[in-house]
Amino acid sequence: MSLKVLVIGSGPIMIGQAAEFDYSGTQGCLALKEEGCEVVLVNNNPATIMTDYDIADIVYSEPLTVESIAGVIERERPDALLAGLGGQTALNLAVELEKEGVLAKYNVELLGTSVHSIQQGEDRELFRSLMNELDQPVPESEVITTLEQAKAFASLVGYPIISRPAYTLGGRGGGIVHSEEELIELIPTGLKASPIHQVIVEKSIAGFKEIEYEIMRDKNGTCISVCNMENFDPVGVHTGDSIVVAPSQTLTDVEYQMLRTAAFTIVSALEVIGGCNVQLALDPSSQQYYVIEVNPRVSRSSALASKATGYPIAKIATKIALGYNLDELKNPLTQNTYASFEPALDYVVVKFPRWPFDKFSETDRALGTKMRATGEVMAIDRTLEGAFQKAIQSLDTKIPVIQEEWHHLKKPTDLRYFAILQLLHQGETLDSIHRVTKIDLFFLQVLKNLVDIEKQLAAQTLSEPLLKRAKTAGFPDQKIAEIHNVSEEEISEKREAYGIQRAFKIVDTCAAEFEAATNYVYSTFAGNNEIEPLKAARKALIIGSGPIRIGQGVEFDYSAVKAIQSLQQQGWTTIMVNNNPETVSTDYETADRLYFEPIQKEVISSIVHYENVDLVFTQFGGQTAINMAADLEDMGIPLAGVSTEVLDALEDRDKFYEALKGLDIPHVTGTTCHTKIEALEAAESYTFPLLCRPSYVIGGQGMMIIENKQELEHALNETDERHYPIVLDSFMEGMEAEVDLVADGHDIFLPEVMEHIEPGGVHSGDSLAVFPSRISPAIKDKITDYSRRISSHFHYKGIMNIQFLIDKGTVYVLEVNPRASRTVPIVSKVADVPMIDLAVKALIQDNPFPLGHLEMPSFEHVAVKYPVFSSYAMTEIDHKLGPNMKSTGEGMCLGRTVEEALRKVFSHLPHFYQDRNSCFIEMDDPDVDHSSDISFEDWLTLDESGLYVNDQKTEEARRRRIQAVKNGVFVISEWKTYKAYLQSLECEQVIPLPLPKKIDEGVRSL
Amino acid sequence: MQDGQTFRGEASPHFNDIQGEIVFFTGMTGYQEVLTDPSYKGQIVVFTYPLIGNYGVNDHDGESEEIQVSGVVMYQCADFPSHYQKTHSLGSYLDQNQVPYITGVDTREVTKAIRSKGTQQAALSQHSNYTFEHPEDKQIFGVKEDHITTYGEGDLHISLIDFGWKKSIVHALLNRNIRVSVIPFTEARVIHDLNPDAVILSNGPGDPKDTKDLLPEYKAILEQYPSLGICMGHQVIALAYGADTTKLDFGHRGANHPVKDVLTGNVFLTSQNHNYVVMEDSLEGTPLVKRFCNVNDGSVEGLIHESKLVMSAQFHPEAHPGPKDAEWLFDDFIKLVKSKGVKTHVS
Repeated sequence: MSLKVLVIGSGPIMIGQAAEFDYSGTQGCLALKEEGCEVVLVNNNPATIMTDYDIADIVYSEPLTVESIAGVIERERPDALLAGLGGQTALNLAVELEKEGVLAKYNVELLGTSVHSIQQGEDRELFRSLMNELDQPVPESEVITTLEQAKAFASLVGYPIISRPAYTLGGRGGGIVHSEEELIELIPTGLKASPIHQVIVEKSIAGFKEIEYEIMRDKNGTCISVCNMENFDPVGVHTGDSIVVAPSQTLTDVEYQMLRTAAFTIVSALEVIGGCNVQLALDPSSQQYYVIEVNPRVSRSSALASKATGYPIAKIATKIALGYNLDELKNPLTQNTYASFEPALDYVVVKFPRWPFDKFSETDRALGTKMRATGEVMAIDRTLEGAFQKAIQSLDTKIPVIQEEWHHLKKPTDLRYFAILQLLHQGETLDSIHRVTKIDLFFLQVLKNLVDIEKQLAAQTLSEPLLKRAKTAGFPDQKIAEIHNVSEEEISEKREAYGIQRAFKIVDTCAAEFEAATNYVYSTFAGNNEIEPLKAARKALIIGSGPIRIGQGVEFDYSAVKAIQSLQQQGWTTIMVNNNPETVSTDYETADRLYFEPIQKEVISSIVHYENVDLVFTQFGGQTAINMAADLEDMGIPLAGVSTEVLDALEDRDKFYEALKGLDIPHVTGTTCHTKIEALEAAESYTFPLLCRPSYVIGGQGMMIIENKQELEHALNETDERHYPIVLDSFMEGMEAEVDLVADGHDIFLPEVMEHIEPGGVHSGDSLAVFPSRISPAIKDKITDYSRRISSHFHYKGIMNIQFLIDKGTVYVLEVNPRASRTVPIVSKVADVPMIDLAVKALIQDNPFPLGHLEMPSFEHVAVKYPVFSSYAMTEIDHKLGPNMKSTGEGMCLGRTVEEALRKVFSHLPHFYQDRNSCFIEMDDPDVDHSSDISFEDWLTLDESGLYVNDQKTEEARRRRIQAVKNGVFVISEWKTYKAYLQSLECEQVIPLPLPKKIDEGVRSL
Repeated sequence: MQDGQTFRGEASPHFNDIQGEIVFFTGMTGYQEVLTDPSYKGQIVVFTYPLIGNYGVNDHDGESEEIQVSGVVMYQCADFPSHYQKTHSLGSYLDQNQVPYITGVDTREVTKAIRSKGTQQAALSQHSNYTFEHPEDKQIFGVKEDHITTYGEGDLHISLIDFGWKKSIVHALLNRNIRVSVIPFTEARVIHDLNPDAVILSNGPGDPKDTKDLLPEYKAILEQYPSLGICMGHQVIALAYGADTTKLDFGHRGANHPVKDVLTGNVFLTSQNHNYVVMEDSLEGTPLVKRFCNVNDGSVEGLIHESKLVMSAQFHPEAHPGPKDAEWLFDDFIKLVKSKGVKTHVS
């Protein structure tokens, strides 16, 4: 089969659509290539693995709009389109392309599930009538297109009711409505969020068990259920915001099969060809169930199901779309059974969401039908207690002290799980918690077991049975030591003496029924070890970056996966440790062995010792991985690259500024403060504004610009002790630039400088950035020179990111990140240099390596990187840009000119000059007349309102920006962003441009 | 285990040493159905899923009136089950019926031991040097009922030859408005007096060759009545027509066995529980043809007679536990029975 297939990706990471589509897209593209297809990929998310040239044959980082995709189709003339792997974004595009006749015009066949079926599954009205036809119960509901209709429905069935806009992702624009006031606020937003201006209002069935099935169906009609999952949180909390357990725990076989049969009936009637997710609600006290919704595509849940079972849904779905039947495809884990079977688990899996509330402490933390989590973690164990605890450890976050526990139970928040534990600690009964939360008593009992063990650990001597029980329930040595008030070493010694050891088991899809040669491993204290250490000459362990969160996105999965590939090419055997089920790094086909585990020192050290690992890599897993370095070094574990002494010298402001001074490199003036008092004293010697930056944070968390002393006091009160010392820098608003470079201790390779459009004070992750930069050669030389001086001073090895501020011709060094950064994939792709590969070579030094003499890249096009904010999920937040990063993802467009790239970046925005009413601009711009004769409030109600610009810091400006976001209007809050938008309008014509691809030459062949 | 391997666990409160054939079940739900399924008579069942007993035991899901297994091996047996239908916890149910069980066992390791060494005798014992006794056989004589019982009302009458029938088979028929008479397998000749519209040969424990003295009798019935065999019933039909059966290394047990319909190409998931299997080669020269096969190991999963309305399935179309994907087999069978009519079919 030599088809040319166009694959549409899901674009930038947004809440509701994250790295899971990089995983499914990568698997899908590889499956297509395995079948001899030529793959043309459109995805404007540069941080993904799928947009690399070893995954697809031609890659376009173009906007995901009908117009833009049509342009690519015209240019590439593919035979077929595969849209089921790119989430809701790609699915909606496929429907649009079909409707607008683009597919017919260019004779492009849509692979997999048909547009008719997609519409039947996604269009609420069509779906409901299909359910009626099939005799499948759905909650009483009505499709409405006006607020009045919603009011009428509410008065008929009574509050609360649920609002679900059609064709939206992650429940965008939806929610639970408890009163008419809430109805009036929510319904218009929902109508606006829906591309077809349609909302379904539904009687609430909150409190029912929420169950999902992941179904596969082939063209022959064979259906299998890969996995079912049960939400810990009953109906009422979006499944993306729910703690989820696989397989279901509290369903009898009769119930399990009843719901499975219902799912099959629906998927068969929809004639799905590929994967489909079916969500159902089950009454906890009868066999009454309701169908909630279906997603006729691979999804976040299917990524989870793939990792939970070992069954590669996206890969098999792609093959099915190409025409294979399930019984013709081998099960890749066993190699001797087929894809037409249902995995049997002999372990239990817990998924826990990762929310961004640690960054947005001011926001309402309530959870409902609108998803708010940016990412998730998964944990595997043979006890539910163990799986829960591993999941919590994987979150990589500090749980705040909870006051008013019941508040978090009555209206669920992200802290509900922890509030329940706290209440159980205080002796609250399971029944009273169950009455309020409707969480099944089975799950609550598991939490109580954890509390009971903790109490025993605090009160009793550490007998062998007690320690065994605690370890089986997932308590880390560190935690046991803390509860028992002894040192961690004492616990681990005691454990050793009792012979209580971590065992490793494999995920094999079949509960050991068949022999399986798998490299997919988890650890447990509930059972015996069953694996042998890998046989290898040299073993590398790569630490992953954990869950997707603001400031640490899929770009770190990119570096981890690239590092694995590079090491494998150099003849190393690789081991991956990570816990994010959405990612390519946790695909068992990526590394030679995958340990699906928390990034936690006890776990990592036991793996390192068991496997006898030669080198541990901490540079490629974001801040999460680098934060492990000190602990690992203390334990004598060999780390690739620089010592923690150097890391400390780069992270500690005093030492760092001292070093810069010695190197004669300008830096902004600043003081390191170890306590609140020190900070207040230090502030006396500066003039405000100041930039306040805490230590050891991700994405500028807690970083802020302080205008006066009151603000400083307030900020210091909010700062967690863990984030001291904090640094007070004098604040300068120059131009920011950054570089990513590879160093080998002597030389550096620095391909180009990236220039930020917004000024200093705006987090680099939230800035528009131009690459290669337009700054003068003289400044560039200075930047390169300073970078070289810093690298050689610290004898730095590996990859590094340096941020600069340029003000009146002076280049200041702002900070150094001694690891792969957010921009590495962009630099690698646009300059077409394998940065991670070079870094790995520099770190392992297997061969002499002339880093200083590599050919410098040339650029045919310019790229603009832009941030993407999931403002629809965080509508009560003011998205005014600042030092605290708020974007959840990033996109990138190429242009022949900066204007063309910007035009693509802003292609979703209205054209100010062509449709003045579409934009409301409150900016003092002498060059542009943007006076408006209607008020802001009236403008918001217009159908064409699409862009609001206001950069002021006043309370009123803040209120208006939030109001605009709530109405689904795009907001620009910086002068420079606004100017870039206007500049983009100068470009008249855009054409699709593929990412550059060198023919086998240059650096790679060395 | 008889080959000398031992596994440690915690003994149940009402423990007594027992011996039985050790088998594993890979389904993640349906423990109550398994424990009460007469096909498991006398066996020690290992559950591979580590959390068993989560939803307790209820009054509805038993496949017979009593626990059929001799012993149970689990990792964890839930002390505090949760379900609105629950009447007992699994532990107390087993204790009340004096069925010994052990917990805290690495059931994955036990499963691997069974997988590599094949099904064998095992003992649950509190003594380290248990002496194995000669295993019990002919379990079917222990599970069949003594007398004929009739269930339901309806125009169509089906006789179920009882080798250890599961409640769900009768339920599947009652749901289709069929009158069912359950006949002990030793009394099958009364079928000629009852003259039903059709006959179903039920599931049952152990070796199908335990029925060898009765095979001519069964063949006479098969020749005269439209018949459907399920599990052991399927094996008995094969033996009656001269085909042969053999023992699998460790059998098929669980809720996820893919079966292909050779006629249509369709694949569906089935519930299975059997040690013995019909040998494909032995079908040569018989009037039986392979209708279903196992996707994983290619083994025979069902037969049809080349001229008579006789069909059979190695899997369980009645489900419980497991998927209902094969339930259509009952509909197909009944439709054929109705459309052809008994008398015309026999000619």
